[in-house]
Amino acid sequence: MAYPDLMTRPMREEVTRLGIQELKTPAEVDAVIGAGEGTMLVFVNSVCGCAAGGARPALSLALQSQVKPAKSVSVFAGVDTEATQRARSFFSDYQPSSPSMAILKDGEVVHFVHRHQIEGKHPQQIAAELVAAFEKHCG
Amino acid sequence: MSGHVFHPGHDDLHGITVVLETATGKTVIGRWHERVEKGVVLHDAALHEPGSQQTRDDFVTRSLKFGVKPEHRTLVVTDELVSVRKLADL
Repeated sequence: MAYPDLMTRPMREEVTRLGIQELKTPAEVDAVIGAGEGTMLVFVNSVCGCAAGGARPALSLALQSQVKPAKSVSVFAGVDTEATQRARSFFSDYQPSSPSMAILKDGEVVHFVHRHQIEGKHPQQIAAELVAAFEKHCG
Repeated sequence: MSGHVFHPGHDDLHGITVVLETATGKTVIGRWHERVEKGVVLHDAALHEPGSQQTRDDFVTRSLKFGVKPEHRTLVVTDELVSVRKLADL
């Protein structure tokens, strides 16, 4: 099912305005995530209001932390499907869910946040858990 | 946001990943959609049946760590439920 741009654009912009680079094609994913150097947050965006409605504000809060990944990128599940599929190939041990987040260090997954760890939580709580992961892996 | 139901008309568990245990010994993990007359509708659900090679505990533990394997895009659980818990609470 293709979601109309009118619906998804605000969800994209809520992420990109944080300085997160959106990856819309497999080639872009390969070029950025495939480079695999340093620390990187990969956010799998979602149209789901139940969980993504908390995840995006949480990202905004968490990225204000002094300690954070060197780079943050996103793909949009259900919208940029090929790019999302390619991004997920970099954390293929983990089942697909959206929204979700992976922290990579030199190309290896060091922390993963599943959708079930986001659902029903306040953005502040999700952010606090993310910041703890940043401090553990990105310091 | 906690307890906030985004979609009007749905119940509090809508969109939440739950672990259902049935009176027949099955364990089902999936995203709660709604309760209907026949049972509970889950999306992206995985099912563990008694007698499976994988233990029930391993099934739940792996789902917690690696996520829920979406074996069924939509699954209606019609068996009587003996427990309903959020996966994140386990």
